[in-house]
Amino acid sequence: MQKTLLRYIWEHTKPQQVFILLIVALSMIPYFLAFDLPKQIINGPIQGQGFEDLSATQNFMALSLTIPFIDYTFGFGGFPLDRMQTLVALSCVFLLLVIINGAFKYYINTYKGRLGERLLRRIRFELVDRVLRFPPRHAKSLNGAEIASMVKDEVEPFGGFTGDAFVQPALLGGQALAALFFIILQNFWLGMVAAFMVAIQVIIIPKMRRRLIELGRQRQITARRLAGKVNEVVEGLGTIHAYDTSNFERADVASRLGEIYRIRYDLYQWKFLVKFLNNFLSQVTPFLFYLIGGYLTLRGTLDVGQLVAVINAYKDLPGPLKELIDWDQARQDVQVKYEQVFENFEVEDLINPAIHALAAVSAQPKSETLHAVSVSLNDDSGAKVVDHVTMKIDRGETVALVDHTGRGAEAMAEAFGRVAWPSSGRICLGEQDIRELPESITGRHISYVSTESYFFHGSLKDNLLYGLKHSPVKKYTYEGKEMRQRLWEIREAKKAGNPHLDIRAGWVDYSYAALGNGAKEDLQKSLLAALDAVQLTDDVLELALHSTINPEEDPTFAAQVVEMRQALRTRMNELGMESLVIPFEPNGYNAQATVAENLLFGATLAPLTPDNELLSSEHFYNALNKVGLQRAFVDMGRTVARNLVEIFGGLPADHPFFRQITSLSAEDISYYQSLLQRKNEPKPVNFRLSDADKAFIRLTLEYIEPRYRLGILTSELKDKIVGSRELFYTELPAHLRELIERYDPDKYVSVASLRENIVFGKLSNSNADGVVELRTLAATVSRELGFADQLLKAGLDYDIGAGGRRLTPIQRRKLNLARALIRRSDYYVFNKPLPGLEKHTQEEIVQNVLAFLGQQENDPAVIWVLSNISLSRLFDKVVMFDAGAILEEGSYETLEQESGTFKALVA
Amino acid sequence: MLLCDEVQLLRKLPYFAEVDTCKLKLLAFASERVTFKAGQRLFTQGDSGDSAYFILSGTVDFLVNTADGAVKVSERGANSIVGDISLLCDGPRSSTVQAADVVEALKINKDYLFRIMDDCPGMTMKMTRALAERLRLTSSELDKVRALQKA
Repeated sequence: MQKTLLRYIWEHTKPQQVFILLIVALSMIPYFLAFDLPKQIINGPIQGQGFEDLSATQNFMALSLTIPFIDYTFGFGGFPLDRMQTLVALSCVFLLLVIINGAFKYYINTYKGRLGERLLRRIRFELVDRVLRFPPRHAKSLNGAEIASMVKDEVEPFGGFTGDAFVQPALLGGQALAALFFIILQNFWLGMVAAFMVAIQVIIIPKMRRRLIELGRQRQITARRLAGKVNEVVEGLGTIHAYDTSNFERADVASRLGEIYRIRYDLYQWKFLVKFLNNFLSQVTPFLFYLIGGYLTLRGTLDVGQLVAVINAYKDLPGPLKELIDWDQARQDVQVKYEQVFENFEVEDLINPAIHALAAVSAQPKSETLHAVSVSLNDDSGAKVVDHVTMKIDRGETVALVDHTGRGAEAMAEAFGRVAWPSSGRICLGEQDIRELPESITGRHISYVSTESYFFHGSLKDNLLYGLKHSPVKKYTYEGKEMRQRLWEIREAKKAGNPHLDIRAGWVDYSYAALGNGAKEDLQKSLLAALDAVQLTDDVLELALHSTINPEEDPTFAAQVVEMRQALRTRMNELGMESLVIPFEPNGYNAQATVAENLLFGATLAPLTPDNELLSSEHFYNALNKVGLQRAFVDMGRTVARNLVEIFGGLPADHPFFRQITSLSAEDISYYQSLLQRKNEPKPVNFRLSDADKAFIRLTLEYIEPRYRLGILTSELKDKIVGSRELFYTELPAHLRELIERYDPDKYVSVASLRENIVFGKLSNSNADGVVELRTLAATVSRELGFADQLLKAGLDYDIGAGGRRLTPIQRRKLNLARALIRRSDYYVFNKPLPGLEKHTQEEIVQNVLAFLGQQENDPAVIWVLSNISLSRLFDKVVMFDAGAILEEGSYETLEQESGTFKALVA
Repeated sequence: MLLCDEVQLLRKLPYFAEVDTCKLKLLAFASERVTFKAGQRLFTQGDSGDSAYFILSGTVDFLVNTADGAVKVSERGANSIVGDISLLCDGPRSSTVQAADVVEALKINKDYLFRIMDDCPGMTMKMTRALAERLRLTSSELDKVRALQKA
């Protein structure tokens, strides 16, 4: 990047700047013509100069031009027009000039704007491109929010400045010089006075502004730090609450804001002081004219006409001068910003762009070995963690790296994964240093997984396939309008120095999927197998079962869910396990469901709390009355209330039982207590139900006989509820009916989760192991039906949130590993990828992964840094590091027999 | 069986003899009713337990793992409580309990029981006494077995 912004702008927009300068020069012609025209109109047709005679005519558009040196004159006689005609013609010319001037202005402004936006795009892209090329060590010390604030906000003014960068000084400088020249022409000495004052302005004001610039720099840095701090607060919210340090953070933010305020206030003071001085200097010049000029006139050395002409000419000087000084201010301002940004992005050791060059297919070096040749590594503090280690890993080998003391194994894995660069020595793939090989080779041939994982906002699937998106492999076909739009995009990208790779193209390269040979199904297979290997399949299924889908968006899947529901029911009937689930049946009372569910025979979008739209509507209670259940429900609710008051009445309000075993709170209980104590409730008019009765009905609606065991739900009442379903539903007005989605054994319920849709009923309590049995049975049925894959697909669409935060930490670790397994590589480097997992799960996953990679036909090598050293028996070779050097090396069995240290570690 | 019947049955246990009816009702209400089919396990030896079962109907077998497999050591019928030791100390289950026929039980959660014990000081004493009685029985049986072995 260039040292100054002006140079950067010139470098990238040279032809455009010259062009716009020419256009501006051209636009001057009609501009000055328009100045002269009003005078002509007033003097000519209106005041009658040249039209002294009524029939006099003037030649309109007469011109004659003499080319100097060759003395050739050509001209045009013009049209003879009378006074009125001339007025109309000249006025029309005036209008024309107004239009032409406007058009020029419009064109110049859009051109400048476009120029600025392109440059902004270029510079922003260049900055992000540099971030992508930062060396690993530098990347560690970055604050994302600060970088973001630089890329987003701090470069913003560059765009606005670009258009004016050269045009403005040329234009204004010309104007100012012309004015000055004119003054000098009128009177040399007065001209010199003016020139002297201008010189003072031009020299002093920028000097004073130096402090402004320094303050501007401080303001920028503090504002950027504030952005970084705010980001930290957001990211560390959990930690802040955990340690009760919120007030410390408040103090920190407040003091930063105070600092920003101080700087800004200082800035204002200076800014207006400079402005004051500037204005003062501009006004002093006329003062000198009046005084000196007047003195000279009085003495008779200067005539009055000259003085007036000088003063008149001076009017045109301060305007452009002021603007010129403003331009300089803007220039310095953006220059400071540019230097700031430039410092942050000008990093030594930037990765060579050739290493990142796009390559659709990577040249596949067959059976190359991975060598570490006398590698030393330093950690961030500069301490040596690996000391001249030489090792070799062949294809097909599985190697466990373990640490006795120090962290040599981990650091070595980082070096293999290219996240740490050796301070001496080199790591070679075949014959070449991996730091010199393009990433299209190293990034595909070596898969590195560490404890740290980052996930991008998107679905589970997007993240799983992330490692396959090396280059656009499948072109997106554009047609018609889209095509034009795309061509425009490409053209613009080129003009702004951006790449024009198509983000809409298919980036997932099936040929790099772990299993098979590049067909789309192979990818699916690899994905499922990888999920299985890291034991994430159940989690994904669980995510799917919890989710709700919109059946209109995916009618086939919804149909499959219903199919699965029916197959499960059929299977339960066949095996005599039908009592496992009490299904929702149109003509049966579901004993495990609430009275409300049985009456509505459907799911509601919102839970049935007292402020639910359904329960707060008078229509609901009217409908109950219509079907003849109102009285029974009130009585039943009264009994439930009496029992609940008896059971919970004596408990203190903060007793945990309230939340654990009922949806009621202590206040609810005392409310019901007071309702029960009231005698002879006055009947409301219009046969409406009293609030008390409504409250009792709400209790009834929640009643489940096997849960409450009060024996109040008689079989007559059950029959009546079932019998009233249809009538009750039709009695409800349409807007309430919309709140209920009715159960239909053949239809998907959109407000319920997938699990509820599949089970479509309530688990019965007649079998204590019911949940486990049902789960096993459902798993078998769904596998037979092929539904499991569909379900998995639904789970893969789960949105994992920013940074994968909607997953548990363990799920994230597993996903991190699965993401690497899906892609086919020759070397897999696993750097303690599974911290925090239980020991036996860890062992199972290590076994699974080794088996999974073993079946891959390209015979990959596995390098695994183990935290649990006993697992090293699963590997062909064990390399034990001690204080950054290799202590022992060999097979597990040999090491166990020969090395005392190893034996002690394993035990 | 209704809630009030369960309360009547619970009251017959020496543990709960002195507990208020409404507290007992609260315990019964907080407890889940579960049904086991013949052969299903209430819990397995070695598992950690957080609940006891009050048998409402049916019979359960107590099984202990030996070198020759699980051996039935005793059985218990309706109106008895099983798994209560695990409630008081956080150890693993000392034996497997399996339903001999269809068993209806009330699953009493440890946390809920403790809560109720907090509110009824007399209950802790009753419980201690019932356990001491059990300990006395067990140790006398153990003595008998040892005497037999020596003889």
